[in-house]
Amino acid sequence: MGYRIFAHILAITKDYEPLLLLPIGFGILVANLPLTGLMTPHEGLVWRFYHYGIQWEIVPPLIFLGLGALTDFGPMIANPCLIFLGAGADGPTTIFIATKLAPHMLGSCAVAAYSYMASVPIIQPPIMRMLTTNKERTIRMQKARKVSAADKVVFPLVATLVIILLIPASAPLVSMFMLGNLFRVAKIVERLTQAAQNELLNIVTIFLGFPVGATMNADSFLQPKVLFIFFLGMIAFMVSTATGVLLAKLMNLFSKNKINPLLGAAGVSAVPMAARVVHKVGSQTDKKNYLLMYAMGPNVAGVIGIVIVAGIFLTLLK
Amino acid sequence: MAEKLIAPLAGTIVSISIENGASVEEDDETLVLEVMKMKNPVYAPCTGTVTELKVEVGDKVEEDDVLAVIESSSNFITQM
Repeated sequence: MGYRIFAHILAITKDYEPLLLLPIGFGILVANLPLTGLMTPHEGLVWRFYHYGIQWEIVPPLIFLGLGALTDFGPMIANPCLIFLGAGADGPTTIFIATKLAPHMLGSCAVAAYSYMASVPIIQPPIMRMLTTNKERTIRMQKARKVSAADKVVFPLVATLVIILLIPASAPLVSMFMLGNLFRVAKIVERLTQAAQNELLNIVTIFLGFPVGATMNADSFLQPKVLFIFFLGMIAFMVSTATGVLLAKLMNLFSKNKINPLLGAAGVSAVPMAARVVHKVGSQTDKKNYLLMYAMGPNVAGVIGIVIVAGIFLTLLK
Repeated sequence: MAEKLIAPLAGTIVSISIENGASVEEDDETLVLEVMKMKNPVYAPCTGTVTELKVEVGDKVEEDDVLAVIESSSNFITQM
């Protein structure tokens, strides 16, 4: 029966999010093969990947390091109101929290999280188009304030201080994210930035997907609870997209500088997938509208928000 | 009147379809910028001739960098 899920997942990987779903799918296959001893505590190879990488919370923060190095905060600093469009659900944070709160649900949470992140390009556009008019979609963004190179360096430093002082439990994820961003904006450690964006991110993606999939043996995964999580997540996702867009439209009622409401959908913190989707939908209406970096504003604000929320959860539940 | 072809995003130039001396029409695709693994075409701001191409494939550019200069050959002078 585990094979059916595996086949399903591999089928998905032909089109969506193969970087994660392929290792996850293979992990599931391997976990459901009898007598391999791969997941035997303290001895199994894959168990070790899982234990040292994920239970020891090394892999998700490293992913955040890579994400920080990929992100240009310029547009967000230029339009601070975009921060309010942040909201949503995201993969690495889900895994991080799941490990702490409900280790037995990790596999299903992760598959659910990455599956609907993979479906972002499918789920979001129809909702975005339904809730916006053609005219609204063609709004071009203007910068509310100039952003200097110094601003971009100060941002990760200040953000680290503020967020971690307020919510110490968010430190592993936030500090790594901001470190990655600092690499990028300081511009004097280009080798480190490149490694963080490429080699590191790719390596930890392998070590995230595979062991996570391997925790999903047939007994624990094939339960109604899991399907429930999946659908819950899917709905949460759709609602986030819709509320993001509607919130942007609401903000437009009060300001002279109109924001393109499509940007609201980027508040869903699937980085940078949601930002890319917003950019694509925008460019389908007007090919010269380059929303990508503006979309990164709410996209990243969403991630930071989710990390803060995660930190709060973890603090309250300790 | 010279118009600048400006980078709309920070990214890497992955392909260029114009050269010095080439004539372009407004909205022609001039080059492709890769940003966050997405390919983005950049379009000519006016009809005219390319007088200065300032970048090559592989260059990393910042938002608002001037990528090329195009001498407009439009005969209209719009007075508004």
